[in-house]
Amino acid sequence: MHEHLLSWITFLPLLAVPMVLVLPKAWVGAARWIVLFFMGVVLALSVWLYFLYNVSAPVNAYSAELPDMQFVERASWIPSMNVQYLVGVDGLSVPMVLLTTVVSFVGVIASWNTKLQKGYFVLYTLLYVGMMGVFVSLDFFLFYVFWEVMLLPMYFLIGIWGGPRKEYAAIKFFLYTLFGSVFMLLVLIGFYFFSDADPSPDRVVHTFNLMELSRTGTLVGVLGDGAPIRVLAWLALFLGFAIKVPVFPFHTWLPDAHVEAPTAISVILAGVLLKMGTYGLLRVNYFVLPAETAAFGAYLIVILGIVNIVYGALAAMAQKDLKKLIAYSSVSHMGFVMLGMGAMNGPGLSGAVFQMFNHGTITSMLFLLVGVIYDRAHHRNIDGFGGLAAIVPKYASFTAFAFFAALGLPGLSGFISEALCFIGGFQRYPVLTIVSTSGVVLGAAYLLWTMQRVFLGKPNEEYRTLEEISLREILSLAPVGLFVLVLGIYPVPMLDLMAPTLARLEPVLRAFL
Amino acid sequence: MDQLPLSGLIPLFPMVGAFLWGLIAFSGGGRAGSASRRLVVIAAPGMVFLSFLLGLYYLSLLLGMPEEVRFLHHVYFPWIKVDLFRTSIAFQLDSLSIMLVLVITGVGFLIHVYSVGYMAGDESLSRYFAWLNLFTALMLVLVMADNLLLMFIGWEGVGLCSYLLIGFWFQEPAYARAGMKAFIVNRIGDAAFIAAMFLLFWTLTSAGQGSFVFTNINLSAGLLQSRFIFGIPAAELIAGLLFIGATGKSAQIPLYTWLPDAMAGPTPVSALIHAATMVTAGIYMIARLSGLFQLAPTVMFIVAATGVTTAFFAAMIAVTQHDIKKVLAYSTISQLGYMFLGVGVGAFSAGIFHLMTHAFFKALLFLGAGSVIMGMHHEQDMRRMGGLRKYMPVTAATYLIGVLAIAGVFPLSGFFSKDEILFQVVQAGASDSRFLVLYVIGMITAVMTAFYMFRSYFLTFTGELAEHPSGHAGGGTHTDDHADSHSHGQGHGEARQDHHAVPHESPLTVLIPLVVLAGLAGVAGLLNLPSFLWGNSWLHHWLSPVFTHGSGHSISESAIPVVHDLVDTAAEARAAAGGFAGALVGAGISWVFYGKNGRQRNLAGRMMGWLGPVHTFVFNKYYVDELYDRMFVRSVLTLSRAISWFDANIIDGLVNGIAARFVNLSSAAGWMDQHIVDGAVHRMTEGVAWCGQRARGMETGYLYHYVMYSVAGAAAIAIILISVN
Repeated sequence: MHEHLLSWITFLPLLAVPMVLVLPKAWVGAARWIVLFFMGVVLALSVWLYFLYNVSAPVNAYSAELPDMQFVERASWIPSMNVQYLVGVDGLSVPMVLLTTVVSFVGVIASWNTKLQKGYFVLYTLLYVGMMGVFVSLDFFLFYVFWEVMLLPMYFLIGIWGGPRKEYAAIKFFLYTLFGSVFMLLVLIGFYFFSDADPSPDRVVHTFNLMELSRTGTLVGVLGDGAPIRVLAWLALFLGFAIKVPVFPFHTWLPDAHVEAPTAISVILAGVLLKMGTYGLLRVNYFVLPAETAAFGAYLIVILGIVNIVYGALAAMAQKDLKKLIAYSSVSHMGFVMLGMGAMNGPGLSGAVFQMFNHGTITSMLFLLVGVIYDRAHHRNIDGFGGLAAIVPKYASFTAFAFFAALGLPGLSGFISEALCFIGGFQRYPVLTIVSTSGVVLGAAYLLWTMQRVFLGKPNEEYRTLEEISLREILSLAPVGLFVLVLGIYPVPMLDLMAPTLARLEPVLRAFL
Repeated sequence: MDQLPLSGLIPLFPMVGAFLWGLIAFSGGGRAGSASRRLVVIAAPGMVFLSFLLGLYYLSLLLGMPEEVRFLHHVYFPWIKVDLFRTSIAFQLDSLSIMLVLVITGVGFLIHVYSVGYMAGDESLSRYFAWLNLFTALMLVLVMADNLLLMFIGWEGVGLCSYLLIGFWFQEPAYARAGMKAFIVNRIGDAAFIAAMFLLFWTLTSAGQGSFVFTNINLSAGLLQSRFIFGIPAAELIAGLLFIGATGKSAQIPLYTWLPDAMAGPTPVSALIHAATMVTAGIYMIARLSGLFQLAPTVMFIVAATGVTTAFFAAMIAVTQHDIKKVLAYSTISQLGYMFLGVGVGAFSAGIFHLMTHAFFKALLFLGAGSVIMGMHHEQDMRRMGGLRKYMPVTAATYLIGVLAIAGVFPLSGFFSKDEILFQVVQAGASDSRFLVLYVIGMITAVMTAFYMFRSYFLTFTGELAEHPSGHAGGGTHTDDHADSHSHGQGHGEARQDHHAVPHESPLTVLIPLVVLAGLAGVAGLLNLPSFLWGNSWLHHWLSPVFTHGSGHSISESAIPVVHDLVDTAAEARAAAGGFAGALVGAGISWVFYGKNGRQRNLAGRMMGWLGPVHTFVFNKYYVDELYDRMFVRSVLTLSRAISWFDANIIDGLVNGIAARFVNLSSAAGWMDQHIVDGAVHRMTEGVAWCGQRARGMETGYLYHYVMYSVAGAAAIAIILISVN
């Protein structure tokens, strides 16, 4: 099991699919337990992976400047095209693996009372496999397959279980992402034909292996070092990933998808899916095309990141729908990831990856909490509540905790990653970073104003009998909330985990500055 | 005696308390008469008292240490570490922070005890004590942190508690809004604070000394001297940004507007957070980073000038207010201004001295005001009070001590601390005449301080009781005046019944803290007895090692000298006499108008009438709130609505538009497919059919026709083959 740990983590929940499908009608209620069980197992396995992952010893190093991949599994898949089943993890992907299992586990609890459970949980499981595959794939072809596999269940989950405008949102999400991945596909094919993984001059071996592609000299011909086409390749990849992040101005699918998606799918969407964009940028753009990243890409990322921070926060402030507000807050918070990435230094990169993780946990809490109130009141109009803190104090306490985590209160995890992104940014772009600190003020403003309108003031008589948050809902919040609390005081386990990988990436980029 | 690395317990005790009481509140416990409520009432002050005792232990250790090594440093565990960027959860205790620890836990303990009486009737008592304990813990983190980033946990953490406690009675929308305003205004300062921290870190890093630890920053601050950021000297820019942070937390111009609104919180909260401790964090931060600020003479002058300007304008507002808590709020802003004036002229120990005495007498005044509010059944308008000395003798006596102290009447503590600051400003004026202007404003403000504080005393405690003490027809007061009315629970049922009865003296849990604080406000000056009174300025010498930063950097000539020597006994005595005289003048004017059994109060009213618009302008706080609302709040909201519209219509409109074009394109393609592509196929088939029709004529059935066709065909093939070859 040890050698195939990543495959187990990725594919084990697939066992749930036939089990759920053969359930007789009377036992449909067991579907959620089955999926919960498998998600629990992979959560435990990913925690085990965290502890097994060796932070200090280099294992399977491709070359001095490349990250050390561990738990590598390799098998030939399509020999004629040299496509491999190649998976492995480094300090960049382990946090994402952990985030995916935690959020997926929490998502099952949040889907407890969903309708049409058979289909829902089968699609949910497939979605999990697609997401996890993206984070462990080291073969670009495999990466692309998982990237596309994830789209389909997401499309149906929004399109069938969503809100009133579910068809529009589902199609928009699907087409927008597909549009981006076409460009990724072009680069993918380009990488294959203009690569030579074999060092001997008389033999040419094309490859999709991201580790080999990341090694200097593997890309040749029109994609060789310094070739102008590389700039186009960088931009095409960027477009594919930017839509997922989402980067301004490609972000408008997000509010629609969030508003229409059921609670657990919003949680997955914001908690995990958005990170695939920034993860892809780091894994492909940063590692494979470092020269272009350092020459112009990082500037683009930082500038758009700052637009994301400020624009997202301002747009959030004007929203009337609670879920839309949180969707825009995601746009703003992902801007911090981009700021850190663009800084291209140790604190910035660590801050970016850590912010990816923290945004995943914090925004999961936020969407879970919106789901709680929506289940009871059947609307999400911010101005339609008022004074709920007096009626449902426990629910108000959890929301206050999540809000303060989201606005980056020191002592909670979001502060540390934001601070690291800032400190990274201040070294390279002091003026731009000062602009981005306005996000700190705006974030407090729109979150506290929302707090004010929903929870404080005179209790709204209409909701006098509103039901308090249930134990199941508390249990869904607890795992992510625990990460927010513990990593705020003691982030060292996560920072140490990422450090060696990012410490290898940083000089690669610096060489081109 | 070996030192135990237990300083972390000082903030940990109240932190654990906060967690426990929070749990009780969360699970719905702490109701009136329950065992958990009795536990909270005893243990919440107890937690703070434990911290106080531990603070005393560490004080005894520090007292026994030689001056050069008077420093305890306990590193617990690494917090954030990424390459060069490293910080730890670590606490330091030196002569400055131990003093603050004792003030926070000492005054904090008294206010906790007071709260037991004050909040007796409140349903949410455990929630209250959870937050009050949490505040104490985070305030202790703020002053004990050994590095800037950990200090920032405390810095924002106390802001959180302030938010929670200002809006403690959150069902009143105005109170909740006041909490929100406090937090957001503070965040503006915090954004500058963040920028300062990280610019400082990188500038020091580029000089090879990157660190967040205060001792390192102060030692290596000299390296900043030849460096520039955006063309501005690095030390000036960083110190300036830090000062913006301080203006938020310590309610100075331009970010002071949240503090008067913060009076919406329960009165003990105003005493602890918005008078004695949290609001002094900005002064503490500047003193803690004295090594950096000494290198920024321009910013230091701005600090001093902002301080005295704030002191003056806030005092003017205080003169016009009718709400006793509002008077005290503006008085706090004004006194904080004095502290900034002190640290701004480089007299860090004088600023800190005033911070301490102010903690005593302002906590005393607020608690006294709270006692009055209780005794008057939730009345805060001083025009409806009067003659309370008869009904509340202990409160009146202790309040008077507080007034004498803040006015600077010899020999109470405020006399020593305020005059120390003003004397240092005069000293600074010897070399730079700009400081003489500041001194003059400071003196005028001192006279005004004595005037409005005595005014509050006379209006409240002397003269005759107004007819309807519980009336709520608040003329110039605001709707949030009945701040404490929410504290009515079962416990206060008795108070409700005699709503129209005579005012009453408060219970012992309220009076004991008043008496203790009155004692402290009276004698705290002895800690720093100046030489003209045969003292040796003990506190000044105790603190001075914190403000001298050894051989690490040489201070340039333009920089402010570290601490002024206190040798000029005669000059100091003259300055003190001047200050005392000013206090007497202010008190005297106040007595003429409001004392003497209040005979001249009508005159005061008439004078305000003559001043007309000026009075209205000052009474309404120069309309700064309204100005900020127009300039910032509304413009941000408008911008956010504009962006939201832009997002929904332009950006998403573009996306949908492109999608629609594709749909159009595809339907166009569909038409083409149907009519052109498929049409071509149809035309071709029709053509073939037509050919077939024509060709049918060749099928004659006659053999000789077919032979002729064959020969012609063969001939044609032959011709083609030949011609090709």
